[in-house]
Amino acid sequence: MAHGNYRYEPKSAFAKWLDTRLPIIRLVDESIVQFPTPKNLNFWFTFGGILTFMLAVQIVSGIVLAMHYVPHETMAFDSVERIMRDVNYGWLIRYIHSNGASMFFIAVYIHIFRGLYYGSYKAPREVLWLLGIVIYLLMMATGFLGYTLPWGQMSFWGATVITNFFSSIDQVLPGVGSAITQWLWGSFAVDNTTLQRFFSLHYLLPFVIAGVVVLHVWALHVPGNNNPLGIDVKSPADTVPFHPYYTIKDLFALAMFVLFFSYFIFFVPNFLGHADNYIPANRLVTPPHIVPEWYYLPFYAILRSVPDQLAGVVLMFGAIVIWAFLPWLDRSHVRSNNFRPLNRQFFFILIGVVWILGMLGAQTPDGNFQFYFGIEVPISKLLLTQICTIWYFAHFIIITPIISTMEKPLPVPESIATAVLAKGGAPAAAKANG
Amino acid sequence: MRLLAIASLFALVLSSGAQAAGGGDTARKHPEPQSWTFTGPFGTFDRQQLQRGYQVYKEVCAACHGMKLLSFRNLAQPGGPEFSAAQAKALAAGVQVAALNDAGEPIERPGTVADRFPSPYPNEKAARAANNNALPPDLSVIVKARAHGIEGEGPDYLYWLLVGYSDPPPGETVLEGLYYNPYFEGHQIAMPPPLATDGQVTWPEGNPPATKQQMAKDVVAFLTWASEPHMEDRKAMGVKVFLFLVFLCVLLYFAYKRQWKDVDH
Ligand code: HEC
Repeated sequence: MAHGNYRYEPKSAFAKWLDTRLPIIRLVDESIVQFPTPKNLNFWFTFGGILTFMLAVQIVSGIVLAMHYVPHETMAFDSVERIMRDVNYGWLIRYIHSNGASMFFIAVYIHIFRGLYYGSYKAPREVLWLLGIVIYLLMMATGFLGYTLPWGQMSFWGATVITNFFSSIDQVLPGVGSAITQWLWGSFAVDNTTLQRFFSLHYLLPFVIAGVVVLHVWALHVPGNNNPLGIDVKSPADTVPFHPYYTIKDLFALAMFVLFFSYFIFFVPNFLGHADNYIPANRLVTPPHIVPEWYYLPFYAILRSVPDQLAGVVLMFGAIVIWAFLPWLDRSHVRSNNFRPLNRQFFFILIGVVWILGMLGAQTPDGNFQFYFGIEVPISKLLLTQICTIWYFAHFIIITPIISTMEKPLPVPESIATAVLAKGGAPAAAKANG
Repeated sequence: MRLLAIASLFALVLSSGAQAAGGGDTARKHPEPQSWTFTGPFGTFDRQQLQRGYQVYKEVCAACHGMKLLSFRNLAQPGGPEFSAAQAKALAAGVQVAALNDAGEPIERPGTVADRFPSPYPNEKAARAANNNALPPDLSVIVKARAHGIEGEGPDYLYWLLVGYSDPPPGETVLEGLYYNPYFEGHQIAMPPPLATDGQVTWPEGNPPATKQQMAKDVVAFLTWASEPHMEDRKAMGVKVFLFLVFLCVLLYFAYKRQWKDVDH
């Protein structure tokens, strides 16, 4: 492959000296500066860079918050309020961090669905995809642990509900589930011990994420980027050096993203959170409606789709684990959905199904489905959740394998260069006519 | 451009999702939106209103509700009621706080600006005993803790809670010791109507008449500030950050276009 051809040449004497001892300039040059990148990447491909930035934002803001936060059940809530009131710019740092988590998830969902659309999970990028799933699972864990730290009502009850998932194992292995749950709590209920260990792990996991991100980027740099056409890079004409072409494109996209982010930080900072989390945790008062953070909602709906709790938990985790099999469930040799008109329709249906699951996860479980604008759809929430859950799994287990064997894809262009020339050629031809 | 469109679409859908998340099954009456000076990206507090609101809190609500996250010094800080330093000192001196004398014996001394607002009851049991077994919540972050907080229905909810008491409609009965209030979840609240008569507080010259509605509005404005004392800083900085980022985006857009102009892609 063409992008494998580029090799760094140290020029100065010092660079040569260093290169034989610690080839760090080579690493940076070959993987960030000169790294040959398909020249047809669109803006959906900028979210990897945005995610790296968000990880850094969360780590830096989190480290500062940890300097002021007190992980104790009687002090945690007030210490967060002290950050909001008395720490210089504490309100800014906290709102960056709390909204940053949401932004991180928005970006990761776009990144994942981009990968789905353009077939970025297919050979030779399966390991890259699997590492991505690991990162996503770690993010889910980190987000959950972080949400418990302010020790408001939703923190406490969310932690109680989620950790109790494990006690459903009692249904098949009596005693084991409760033992695991108590081991997680470090106690017989969610209490101070739980809060302290959640804080410890919440501080740890982002660094684990950073480590897996390094592997993820490494696994990206071996086969190189996928691209909207989903075809391999064939010659240097297909690529441009990463810097300055993609550094400037990613920077522009990042600035737009930060603009969106800052709207939440400065103007509606509590919008994505739950008002009840400003009520200090109280184990004697159960909130009428316990909801997780928005980014878990589709999975929360899947959890509630069956009456049996253990089955619900298995389905919920299965809904993510199933992504790991996708590279082998999808048998098509064409990566990009641009050339798979039938599969593309099912891709968009899947987005719709996940969206509806998210809405269902936010609503109380009984009654009819509430659509937007106060419209009530005459179908029970439970039934709709079950239909969507079945569709979700069927998409991966049935629809994808069948379509990928049946569908006759559209002709795929010879190379990236010929495809962009054909596209870029049109205005030139028009000019010639005019 | 496409990115901006997608971003705003996202904001829109997220927002309606978040509303659906909270507004599902409540039986409480929808609080009619009021006009507030502090909403929107350029919203600020009205100092006079916050000062009046503080007075309502102190003379009415403080009998039952504490605000333990606030100190008297906050009353003089920028972005709040902005009492003068001397006024804040006088307000603090008006309360007695528990302390120890040099011999280590418990005494009461006049408050200083560093002291927190005193809580009316020594503990939760005492608070419940005095209130028909209900607990008057601490009001420090109450606006953020109700109905989507400051940018949501929080202030409107509180306003209607204070002025919305009425006789129960036929068919609804109210338990002994509770009061009918359609804006409260479940319609029965243990708090007796705190703002019962016009003129319950006397404001200094030059302020509007102390009607029930005016007192309610002012105390809600005060509680909103107390829930988020740096709101003005936040919005002012937000406007600047926004302008800067828009400018940066434009610059980067042209830099991006220029870099790519000779590459077919
Ligand atoms: C006589 C004591 C008393 C006074 C005075 C009083 N309250 Fe209350 N308040 C209560 C009690 C008791 C509750 C708890 C009600 C319940 O849970 O049913 C309460 C609850 C509240 C709530 C919470 C409602 C909810 O959504 O849960 C707010 C807000 C509130 N009061 C505001 C005020 C304000 C503002 C004032 C002053 C104008 C005030 N109160 C004066 C006793 C009082």
